[in-house]
Amino acid sequence: MFQLVSDQPLILARGLAKRFGDFTAVDGIDVSVAPGEAFGFLGPNGAGKSSTMRMISCVSLPTSGELRIFGMDPAVDGSAIRARLGVCPQLDNLDPDLSVRENLTTYARYFGLSRAEARRRADELLEFARLTEKAGSRVEPLSGGMKRRLTIARAMVNDPELVLLDEPTTGLDPQARHLLWERLFRLKQQGTTLVLTTHYMDEAEQLCDRLVVMDGGRIVAEGSPRALIETYSTAEVVELRFGQIRPADIVGKLEGIGERADPLPDRVLLYTADGDAAVAEVTRRGLQPSSVLVRRSTLEDVFLHLTGRTLVD
Amino acid sequence: MVSTMLAVRRLAPRRVGAVINRNMGALRSGPSYWLVLLSGFFEPLLYLLSIGVGVGALVGELRLDSGRVVSYAVFVAPAMLAVSAMSGALAETTFNFFFKMKYQKTFEAILATPVRPMEIALGELSWALVRGSLYTGVFLVVMVALGLASAGWALLAFPATILVGLAFGAVGMAVSTLMRGWQDFDLLSTGQFALFLFSGTFSPVGDYPAVLEALVQATPLYHAVELVRGVVLGELAAGLLVHVAYLAVMTVAGLLFAARRLERLLCP
Repeated sequence: MFQLVSDQPLILARGLAKRFGDFTAVDGIDVSVAPGEAFGFLGPNGAGKSSTMRMISCVSLPTSGELRIFGMDPAVDGSAIRARLGVCPQLDNLDPDLSVRENLTTYARYFGLSRAEARRRADELLEFARLTEKAGSRVEPLSGGMKRRLTIARAMVNDPELVLLDEPTTGLDPQARHLLWERLFRLKQQGTTLVLTTHYMDEAEQLCDRLVVMDGGRIVAEGSPRALIETYSTAEVVELRFGQIRPADIVGKLEGIGERADPLPDRVLLYTADGDAAVAEVTRRGLQPSSVLVRRSTLEDVFLHLTGRTLVD
Repeated sequence: MVSTMLAVRRLAPRRVGAVINRNMGALRSGPSYWLVLLSGFFEPLLYLLSIGVGVGALVGELRLDSGRVVSYAVFVAPAMLAVSAMSGALAETTFNFFFKMKYQKTFEAILATPVRPMEIALGELSWALVRGSLYTGVFLVVMVALGLASAGWALLAFPATILVGLAFGAVGMAVSTLMRGWQDFDLLSTGQFALFLFSGTFSPVGDYPAVLEALVQATPLYHAVELVRGVVLGELAAGLLVHVAYLAVMTVAGLLFAARRLERLLCP
């Protein structure tokens, strides 16, 4: 069974759903990811991102709907699909009984690599993850960033066509995050297809060509970061602070400026095509904000607009 | 049944080997593991010396069903050998297996690769067998050195202890997938100790009351002890095949159950 079609999607999901008893984690989503793409699942906690990722990584079978990875059905060819995947789980599950290097060589053996191949691959990946100096160390004393890099290196051990990353940089400091992004960007440039989940908007903007926003198990928006901003937000956002006055009390006086005003506990966000014009109008109405910031709209504005401001635990 | 047969055909020895390889790596990397390994060996040996040889001096000799008269130590030693095969396999497939499954997330990481749940179960069982055989091998040498078994029968008893290890290892693994936490292991070790005392280990089961005898004959260590004792004493009879069958069923049922539970727990 040889398939020559190169534009065949790597991942194809139609009406994909996952239920655990009465609880619906994923509620019928359609997703298609093309080879070479960097695709993101965005959403608050509990949106169904991880459940979706687990189904794509063939460790959890769909309750209903259709799912094809590399054109194959996970229910039939799970093992063959996993042979071509690299999976970086949300929580590091590195092997604490083994050294950094052995974590890679041992993992390579699960994919059927010979001892010699496993050693060669481990050396390359230690270099890639900037962990060569830590090769003989145990996993436990490594920093969070190092563990994460090792987990990603481990996911690359079988030279996968598709790499799945579940919240790759959660809990890392800025330096560690930027190093990781740079490594992931390199993978992307080499043509590896990346699928990641995140709730960091900057991460999605940095890495994703295309993304979907999930909420309550459904897809609520889809597109490139730029397209999403254009569709669901305005070009610019004005952030106004009013010192002691509560934003909720002042928002009535801002009516008619820009497309809409969104009062937060400490400031008001004004969504508008032209930030400077909006500021001029605010001043003309005699309002005296203690601080004014005009900025471009970000994915975060889209995200908060679509998934609401209610805290989800 | 058909699906089971299909699943068996798709198993790859190479991936089973990779699971064993992981455990070998863990063994090499720490001295604590060696210590655990060593302690497991001494327990049956100490029982053999204290009860077989010590208490044996008070008991004197014992008449077997076949009419043959042997010293008490000769009677007890094969039972301790069977116990050693059992505890060697159980140590690996209960405590260590549970820890890797539940806390260390080792199997979760492995299941993201082409390795299947049954291949994990087979790899873990094989590894348990390596550990168990280390115990029984040394124990057999001690038995021959103390004059409690002839070298020839000891050699033949080795495969019998492997079967015992397989059976207990597989069932131990199946039980581990049902454990809720460490408190359940107390239950397990109590059960293990009861088997140890009442499986015809220290006295012939024929001496028990009839009801108790029937009960003991239903439990697994009894069959292990009878099989190993039969071979070590050179009393081969067709009846031994019943014990072989019992242990073989334990092995297959334990493996199938464990693999299925692994899949349900880790791939929900």
